[in-house]
Amino acid sequence: MGVGSEAAGPSGAGSGAGPASAGSVVAPAGAGGAAPAGDRSDELLRIEGLEVHFPIRRGALDVLPGRHRDVVRAVDGIDLTIRRGEVLGLVGESGSGKTTTGRVVVKLTAPTAGRVIFDGRDVTDLRDRAALRDYRQRVQVIFQDPYETLNPKQSIGDFVAEPLDVNGLASSPEDRRRRVLAALDAAGLRPAEDFARRYPHELSGGQRQRVVIAGVLVMGPELVVADEPVSMLDVSIRTELLRLMLDLRVERGLTYLFITHDLALAWVLADRIAVMYLGRIMEIGPAGQVIEDPHNPYTRALVSVSPTTTPPAAGERAQRTILVGETPDAAHIPTGCRFHPRCPLAFDRCRTEEPPLFDVGGGQAAACWLAEGGRSLPVLPPVPATTPPEAVPGA
Amino acid sequence: MTITASRAAAERPPRKLPRLAVEGAPLLEVVDLKTHFKLAGEVVRAVDGVSFRLDAGEALGIAGESGCGKTTTALSLVKLLPANASIVGGSIRLHGIDLATKSDTAIRRYRWREISIVFQGAMNALNPVARVRDQIAEPIVERLGVDGRAARRRAGELLELVGIPKARGSAYPHELSGGMRQRAMIAMALACDPAIVIGDEPTTALDVMVQAQILELLERLRERLGLSLILITHDLSVIAETCDRVLIMYAGRVAEEGPVNEVFIRPRHPYTQKLLAAFPNIQADRRTLDVIPGSPPDLRTPPPGCRFAPRCPMAMAVCTEIVPPEVTFGDRVRVACHLYPEGSTGEPIPVPAAATVGPAGAEA
Repeated sequence: MGVGSEAAGPSGAGSGAGPASAGSVVAPAGAGGAAPAGDRSDELLRIEGLEVHFPIRRGALDVLPGRHRDVVRAVDGIDLTIRRGEVLGLVGESGSGKTTTGRVVVKLTAPTAGRVIFDGRDVTDLRDRAALRDYRQRVQVIFQDPYETLNPKQSIGDFVAEPLDVNGLASSPEDRRRRVLAALDAAGLRPAEDFARRYPHELSGGQRQRVVIAGVLVMGPELVVADEPVSMLDVSIRTELLRLMLDLRVERGLTYLFITHDLALAWVLADRIAVMYLGRIMEIGPAGQVIEDPHNPYTRALVSVSPTTTPPAAGERAQRTILVGETPDAAHIPTGCRFHPRCPLAFDRCRTEEPPLFDVGGGQAAACWLAEGGRSLPVLPPVPATTPPEAVPGA
Repeated sequence: MTITASRAAAERPPRKLPRLAVEGAPLLEVVDLKTHFKLAGEVVRAVDGVSFRLDAGEALGIAGESGCGKTTTALSLVKLLPANASIVGGSIRLHGIDLATKSDTAIRRYRWREISIVFQGAMNALNPVARVRDQIAEPIVERLGVDGRAARRRAGELLELVGIPKARGSAYPHELSGGMRQRAMIAMALACDPAIVIGDEPTTALDVMVQAQILELLERLRERLGLSLILITHDLSVIAETCDRVLIMYAGRVAEEGPVNEVFIRPRHPYTQKLLAAFPNIQADRRTLDVIPGSPPDLRTPPPGCRFAPRCPMAMAVCTEIVPPEVTFGDRVRVACHLYPEGSTGEPIPVPAAATVGPAGAEA
């Protein structure tokens, strides 16, 4: 198919993650791996120091003097760049801030600090209506649930035409119709005339998500933020849809910010993966490299529990790192490294000082004191019991 | 499995069998089960001739995509079906007692005490205005006739068993995290000490790490209590990690069934092969996904012959005409596919990939 570009760049080559493909179909030369400092020509989106803090709504008692007001730090200082034609997988569990990051990019949520730069232009505080409209045309979003996105009383044709109507983009009814049919066709809903007349209840789950994609394509976007676009779908339907998304990347030169909880899926689809935990990026780098040689204990734990259809051999289960407890809530982020309370390798420094992202080579970076100077992670100690000892009823 | 059974025997006293139990009968034997829905005057053949067996201490996974009939199969076992659905054929024998023909009143004797269900989405299944401990105690009082205080004490023990500190029993469901709520649901399913626990997508809405914790818990409970498990899920990994046997359903029928170690390593049925190849698998280092074109058939008008034939890359003329019989091979794998007729070696025939998804170069 030739749509990936993971190892296309000079620094990404030889990562040992699948065959290198110099001169991939999509990515321009020099994409993939770390671009030389200062060269930002192939950058489509850059996020700098992004913070999204939500104050917790005041209850009646909060007016009492001296009462502490909590802030949820959903995104807590991240830097990220997406290159033209790239698929960046943003991976994290619930509460990691991945969805909020995506919402900031599509301007559904305002950041409390930091900047968003799109195609060389700061769009953080875009006020100008024309500029905002232009941005919303070039950056589109696909949400998780195709059932909630579609209006049951609206025909497919009208749904796909809606963004054109709202933004007054169609020059004539013929132009509107032509664009809608082209988008439906590109999304694989053929014959397009037939689908344009149908209603959501007449479509399968996979077809509905294709309609959502058509609604995105009709705007002719450059960047698509896809937030768990396939997690509601059955496997056989989801691969068809992923295939469509990757084909569109070639045909339309699309760039994707692919947000998912599924590390394995990001590994298959993305050129680079960024792993988020509690509002911070824990690790980022070429997809194959991050999975095969994680430099952050959190990434390593995620890889070890990644779902597999290979039945475990005897004793293999012990090699998994099932972390104790659940992600703390973002109103009470631990001091130091926010992962340290659950980290099997945490030491004193982790409890007090937050690690920055350390470059570990090959375009990969990890926010872990153990990765300082590009070091590899030590082998894990034996896995401790993950749940408190329990009583057997009746015993 | 045998290890599990013997270990379990050491930890839990032998269960008392229900009154009408037949000596020496298997724990659960479902034969040719048919459950149909009536929808706007038409019949939907949701479950259309499904057979399987579950032995004591065993874990069986039932897998398939939405609408394949896996949940309907599970709900049929305890007759918790919606009003427009009914069992129209076959038998469900628990210790030899046929549950399929039991009345709604008579079946109550077997729910909770013999077979209990952990539903998907614990937030919706738990009562939001009752304390977790009281909710777990309720079936103990209702079904076993234990007094309130003893039932709450037992509820506390069950909470500890599933890894929730006893003191948290006074919490309301919204005060617990998603993983904790799912644990509470499991504790509730164990309340009346059932022989079989059915988990309907027990980990679906949970984060991977919490999912791993819950699966580990289920496995530990199975070992310690000698439980028999039926896990209903679209997620094949859940079955690979926790079950002894897997039953792959497609459009209301069994496509393939057998030991997890056989079916997942050497899948025979083209649908099983495709399903496995569509699953991203980091541990197996397989970085491409197969596409299965098309979608499952409408069960009001299922295709004649094999129901997978319209989507099957290996379909032959016979597949569109004759329903493939179920054939069991030497490795205890049962397959319903014309590629594997009675008397054949049963050697898996690999299905070519029609299209794949993956990074460049990785799909050669």
